[in-house]
Parts: sequence; structure tokens; C-alpha cells
Amino acid sequence: MDQVRYEAPNSLDAAVGLLSGSDGMAKIFAGGTDVMVQIHSDLIEPDLIVNVKNIPELTGITHSNGSFTVGAATPVVEMQEHKEFCKTWPGVIEGAELIGSVQVKGRSTIVGNLCNASPAADSVPPCIAAGATVRIVGPNGERQAAVEDIVLGPRKTSLEKGEIIVSTTFPARPPHSGDCYLRLTPRTEMDIAIVGAGVNLTLDDAGTCIAARVSLGAVAPRFLLVKECADALIGSKVDDEALAAMAKAASAAADPISDKRGTKEYRIKTAAVMARRAAEKALERAREN
Amino acid sequence: MAKAHVTTTINGDEYEFLCEPQQSLVDVLRNELRLSGTKEGCSTGDCGACSVMMDGRLVCSCLVLAVEAEGKEVETIEGMGTADDLHPLQKRFLEINGLQCGICTPGILVAAKALLEENDNPTESEIRYWLAGNLCRCTGYDKVIRSVQAAAEDMRKG
Ligand code: FES
Ligand code: FES
Repeated sequence: MDQVRYEAPNSLDAAVGLLSGSDGMAKIFAGGTDVMVQIHSDLIEPDLIVNVKNIPELTGITHSNGSFTVGAATPVVEMQEHKEFCKTWPGVIEGAELIGSVQVKGRSTIVGNLCNASPAADSVPPCIAAGATVRIVGPNGERQAAVEDIVLGPRKTSLEKGEIIVSTTFPARPPHSGDCYLRLTPRTEMDIAIVGAGVNLTLDDAGTCIAARVSLGAVAPRFLLVKECADALIGSKVDDEALAAMAKAASAAADPISDKRGTKEYRIKTAAVMARRAAEKALERAREN
Repeated sequence: MAKAHVTTTINGDEYEFLCEPQQSLVDVLRNELRLSGTKEGCSTGDCGACSVMMDGRLVCSCLVLAVEAEGKEVETIEGMGTADDLHPLQKRFLEINGLQCGICTPGILVAAKALLEENDNPTESEIRYWLAGNLCRCTGYDKVIRSVQAAAEDMRKG
């Protein structure tokens, strides 16, 4: 590799300018936990590396009117240390905590996990279930997008050249809301999901489900936001019958491949199991607040 | 592009070095600065042999660009104890045979020290989860866990 240029701009404008102005391959560098591996394995040979950790809008967690905004370069460990965030979004934390070892979480970010565009990324389904949105800034200005609209397929995102995700916003939480992320892996730690399920639901005072979002990972080329799963829960007391219908819808939505971690059939079957367990846990949490 | 000039603090001492923009911190520590206590196993963030502290956070130095160390505080195994004055973790690892070939050991010691700073009385399962990113091909982990527990006890007693 020759002539790599490294920049660590202090402003969003400067970063967008660098990224959109480069002719060759430009890489955004935040946690670096994927980019370093790709460079080391000669999978990529960037001409420009832009470290975005010095840009104020990309760092830290802010909390206002019940919603949280997490800067795109904020490492997972900072999310884990944020008591209020952990209490409000335990399912998002469950996903983020699975990104890697303590060492890796000291650096890695949920936006990096998203933009790496692996359909098995653990922090993505709970963010989709949460209804999180990202703020994107690029050469043509600014836009917002739902998390589910970012990954188009393995290693493919909807981001245009020069665009940067600045932050992820989690909406304010109505009372009686709960979320959960569960995944299935061959090992208990440090592994890649065979199936991941994120469920987020809200109950009314009588315990009827009035809102639900169910997202599945690792069972299709893209993350799925399964409307049929949500429909099975909404309007119900999240009883056995509703949970069974939701689980069935999860299996029906799954369109996985077979690989060394699990066969297609196994993934389809376990998508139902993981979605149901995640919904049961989300329900338990919703009843507690 | 010319090499980058980096000024950083390692184990309390100021260091200056030149590096390529894509060079990893572990590479510079070992091959430019000759701080070879930190080991490089996988170079992909999987084995933890390269664990160091950067601004108080446990990280894999193979996943950190050396240029990122600019203005930062880095702590490596070389800063942990001396031959005459071993850290309690180092003492216990020697006594209990928490190591065999020793390649994983600097990383495990740095990671274990970070754990004990957060939690002075970790359970076995807390130690196992914390050290899940530190692979050891020799010990089978049992003696590693027992060494960490023994050192934690020593440190609690002061
Ligand atoms: S060498 Fe860094 S984790 Fe293996
Ligand atoms: S002692 Fe040999 S790898 Fe751990």
C-alpha cells in the first residue's frame, strides 16, 4: 500500500469536504474495529483515512425531552456507562454489548456496526425495533433516515459518496414500554449470530399492546422489520396466542442462507424461538415501567 | 505522503515517533519503540494479546492507528511492574502458573488490571466474560482465573 493520507478534522464540514473531494477510496474511521481488520487483511487499500473522533457532533450522548442522541463516534463502552440510556433502552444495550470483547467495545460504535453492513450485526435489530433514526450530512446537505433504510445488503449501504452518519436518535419512550434483543450463536461469547431478534413494544394502562416493532438479523441479506410480527402483537394482551402468531410470522419472514454456523432450516425455525423469547422479555420490561 | 510525526505519553514518559498513516499502534510499540512486551497475535482484534490502555480505556492496540496516539496516554505491560517490584497480578500469575508460553500473558495482565480497577472483587463468571477477548492456547484458562482472583484478594487486603 502506498501514499495513504490520514486526516483528523475538527468539523463536519471539513470531513465532508475531504470525503467528497477524494478521488480514490476514502474511509471513515471511528472505532476502527472493522477498518483496521480490512486494511490488515488487504481487503481494502484506502487512499484516505478520515478519523472522525475529533468532530464534536459525533461524540457523546445527549438526552433531551426523553429522546437520546448518540454521536456516531461514541464507543459502545460509553453507552454502557450511561445509566439513563441503559435503563431506557436495555434491548439496544443488549445488542451493542454483543459487538465484541471489552477491548473492542472500548472503540467500536453502533454506527460502525451499522455501516459495516453485515446482516448479522447485533446492534442493528434493536435499533430498528427502537424506531431509531440517523442524521446524515453530506455534500448536498443534511437528511434523516430510519436505521432500517441504511443497509441494502451485505457490505452495501444507502449512503452516497461523501456522506457521514453524524448521530443516532432514539425517540422518547411512552410509559409501559420495553425492548429486548436476543441472539443465537454456536458459542456463548465472541461469535456471530445465526439469528438475532429485537422487539420493542408499548402497552396501554390495561396491558393491551398499542405499538410494536420486531426486527430480525442474520436471516436475510438485509435486516428485516417484520410488520406481520408487529400486527400479531398490536391490539392483543401479548398472550400465548399473540406470541405464537408473532413467532410464526417471524419464521415466515426469514429468508436465510445456510452456512457453517447454521442451516437455512435451522435459522427459519429458531427465528420464531428468538423472536418469541425477546417479545416475552420486552413485555416483562414494559410491565415494569 | 510523508511519515506522520506523533507525540504521545507511554507509561508516563513522553515519546516521539514517525510512522506511516496506516501503521497500527502495536506495530509501532514493538518495532519502532522496542516496547516488545505487548504481543501481536492475530492483528484483527480477536486474541487480545495486544491489549493496552489508551486514555484509561482497554483497547486492542492492533486496532488502533499509531497516529491516533497523538496527545494520548498509553499504558502497556512495561508500565505495570518491575522485576524487583511486581504487580500483585504478576506475582500471582507466577505462583499459580497462570501462564505457560506467555504470549497471551501481557495482554491478560493489562486486561485483568483494568477489570480490578473497576471491580475489586469479581466473580469467576465476571472474570471469564471480561477476559473473553483474551485467548490463551496453553493454560485452559482455569489458572488464569484463579490467579486473577488471588491477586484481587491481595489487592483488597492492600
Ligand atoms: S493482536 Fe490485537 S487482538 Fe490479536
Ligand atoms: S500461556 Fe500460551 S497462550 Fe496463554
